Amino acid sequence: MNQTFFNQYRTPILYSVMALLLVIVGVGQGWSVSLTILNLCLISAIMSLGVNMQWGYAGLFNVGVMGFAALGGLAAVLVSMPPVEEARAAGGQGVLVGLLILIATIFVSIVAWKQFGAKSKKTGYWMLFIIIAAGYALMRLFFLPSVEAIEAVNPSVTGYLGGLGLPIILSWPVGMVFAAGAAYVIGKVALGLRSDYLAIATLGISEIVLYFIKNEEWLTRGVKNVNGLPRPVPYEVDLQQATWFQQFAADWGMEVAEASSIFVKVCYAGLFIVVIAILMYLSETALKSPWGRMMRAIRDNEVAAAAMGKDVVKRHLTIFVIGSAVIGLAGAMLTTLDGQFTPVGYQPLRFTFLIWVMVIIGGSGNNWGAVLGGFFIWFFWIEAEPIGLWLVDNLTSFMDPTHWLRLHLMDSAAHMRLMTVGIVLLIALRYAPEGLIPERTARKH
Amino acid sequence: MTDFINALIVLANFILVPALTYGSQLALGALGVTLVYGVLRFSNFAHGEMMAFGTMITIFGTWGLQALGVSIAPLPTALLALPLGIGGAVALSLILDKTVYKYHRQRKASPVIFLIVSIGLMFFIGGLVRFIIGPGDQIFFDGTRFIFSARDFKRATGLDEGLALKMTQAVTIITAILVVAAMFWFLNKTRTGKSMRAFSDNENLALLSGINPDRVVMITWILVGALATIAGTLYGLDKSFKPFSFMQLLLPIFAAAIVGGVGNPLGAIAGGYVIAFSEIAVTFAYKKVVTYLGPDGFQPDSLVQLLGTDYKIAVSFLILVIVLIVRPTGIFSGKTL
Repeated sequence: MNQTFFNQYRTPILYSVMALLLVIVGVGQGWSVSLTILNLCLISAIMSLGVNMQWGYAGLFNVGVMGFAALGGLAAVLVSMPPVEEARAAGGQGVLVGLLILIATIFVSIVAWKQFGAKSKKTGYWMLFIIIAAGYALMRLFFLPSVEAIEAVNPSVTGYLGGLGLPIILSWPVGMVFAAGAAYVIGKVALGLRSDYLAIATLGISEIVLYFIKNEEWLTRGVKNVNGLPRPVPYEVDLQQATWFQQFAADWGMEVAEASSIFVKVCYAGLFIVVIAILMYLSETALKSPWGRMMRAIRDNEVAAAAMGKDVVKRHLTIFVIGSAVIGLAGAMLTTLDGQFTPVGYQPLRFTFLIWVMVIIGGSGNNWGAVLGGFFIWFFWIEAEPIGLWLVDNLTSFMDPTHWLRLHLMDSAAHMRLMTVGIVLLIALRYAPEGLIPERTARKH
Repeated sequence: MTDFINALIVLANFILVPALTYGSQLALGALGVTLVYGVLRFSNFAHGEMMAFGTMITIFGTWGLQALGVSIAPLPTALLALPLGIGGAVALSLILDKTVYKYHRQRKASPVIFLIVSIGLMFFIGGLVRFIIGPGDQIFFDGTRFIFSARDFKRATGLDEGLALKMTQAVTIITAILVVAAMFWFLNKTRTGKSMRAFSDNENLALLSGINPDRVVMITWILVGALATIAGTLYGLDKSFKPFSFMQLLLPIFAAAIVGGVGNPLGAIAGGYVIAFSEIAVTFAYKKVVTYLGPDGFQPDSLVQLLGTDYKIAVSFLILVIVLIVRPTGIFSGKTL
């Protein structure tokens, strides 16, 4: 009886448990901490929705989640930061010319390939080689001096072109476009071949995106980070000085400082919940539609779907691009929330594989499961460090405080995360491949 | 004429020798990836971390031998400790196969599940290595540094440019040749090797002719563990041992395996050298060479570098993309193990 009751109300029960956990943290560690976790849970949930589209709907394995998220973050910088006029004057034109040459090179190569490649592959390849080499050399001729000029402009504060100075919310769709563009290129190359080629190609693109962001200082400031991104919500300082807010805080019986910090976080949470609600509505509708059924049919049996006349490669490309766009959106939102863009912070463990664990634990193929997985795994990811340290501390408490083993263990507690993520993934794949909220199919219900 | 020879020496010193060394390391790594693909039929993302694990055990062995005062100077002591490292990596591989892969193999899981499993193991092994030895740099090279240094070379030949050969480079290239030769002898001449090739070629047919699949899998893991340790140790001797760097090696290794044609040992070796040569040739600054080859008094302003060294990894990726577009089956398509 219990079993069936739990199965019937699995989703609401698990979500209530999650809410309860957040409340416990709110009471124990303070509401501000709890809201911080909630906000990141929401973003993680969006990322895992994106991965779920690729893996859960279509069975595509994307090892480059990190790269797409970083592209979203880059969009946030390029859209919202105020332009650096001096740098634009110094090198804007050169960079623009360089980019135009790049586009022209790509265009000319496509035309040349269509002209010559069709007749003879060999001439086609040689033509391509010559065009690309010439275009590359010409581009660098304009590009390199301007880049140097831009990076020389007040390097400790700016040293880059800056952004467009538009509201940061606009960067969210732009982030989607960036990620979708990268996904389109990768998908075109690697889809339709053996399934692991996509994994290896996405691994490559994410590494390269990161190298690009770290090294192209004229565009991103690289490892010098971009700080102080504008916010879509009010600043704490402004709130604290506003009379209506002081009144508001007094009504609730809170310190003005604490109230302002909570208020800002609630604003963010509101924005994120709107986004996630829209996404959930769209993905649930899509999954139930004939399109969703077709996607799952392709995933479950590609050969049969192809025999029914479905263009497997094209459908895979569509879903891959859509999923990556959602990841890009989450990346832009994350950078918005952080208020800064730190390329060094993009680690594959945190940005690719943790998201994978979220989807697999939550229930691949089920949107509610993926969102729940995002919440659960992020929650434990954050709370694991205090728990781990506490564990090591207690387990070794019988030792001398300066014993080498104890010190070594205390030092390496951070690496336990790496191992834990690995072990959790392995255990989930073996004992609970369906996840917390399994996919709903006609056969099972 | 001397200018021309000088230019050649520069190229040999900064491209040929380093690329041969790096290529040998990649080739050995790619050979391991290709073996797993050929027999077990999945891309093993844990291979880089297995290299780190084997190297770590070798380092412990080296330290132990150094403490005992054992030395085979001028060769690095690590070569003596290599069997220990291989033993460690093989043991770990077999344990992980028994506890993790076997279950999925029996359920005939799809290759993509194996791939995810191998990623899980990648983190497990990576965490283990960082936990035991720490994330920092370890230099475990000893013995003579150079076989002949640039200065010796200049004095002997009277040229302006020197050609140096480091001990680690010579050791890497010679070891790689020996290992690859042994590998091919094993695969082509021994009964066990032939049974492995048969299994890789057609699993059902191999089972019908009485080949024991468990034995084939076990031997594969033994070979993979050994290859990973040798490749990792050679890389660690040549550069330095840093757990982080082995994750960075994953992409070039995969690219090498795919360029040659996954599942094809010969292709893996060729792919390793293709990737290494392109990576180094593309990011090399040709200023000196151009100065020597150009007319007298001519000196280019820039470094004459195609791509900054920061983008090394982009080169292997680019080659990978080109191969996937032009010839997805690799250079040596059609031939497997």
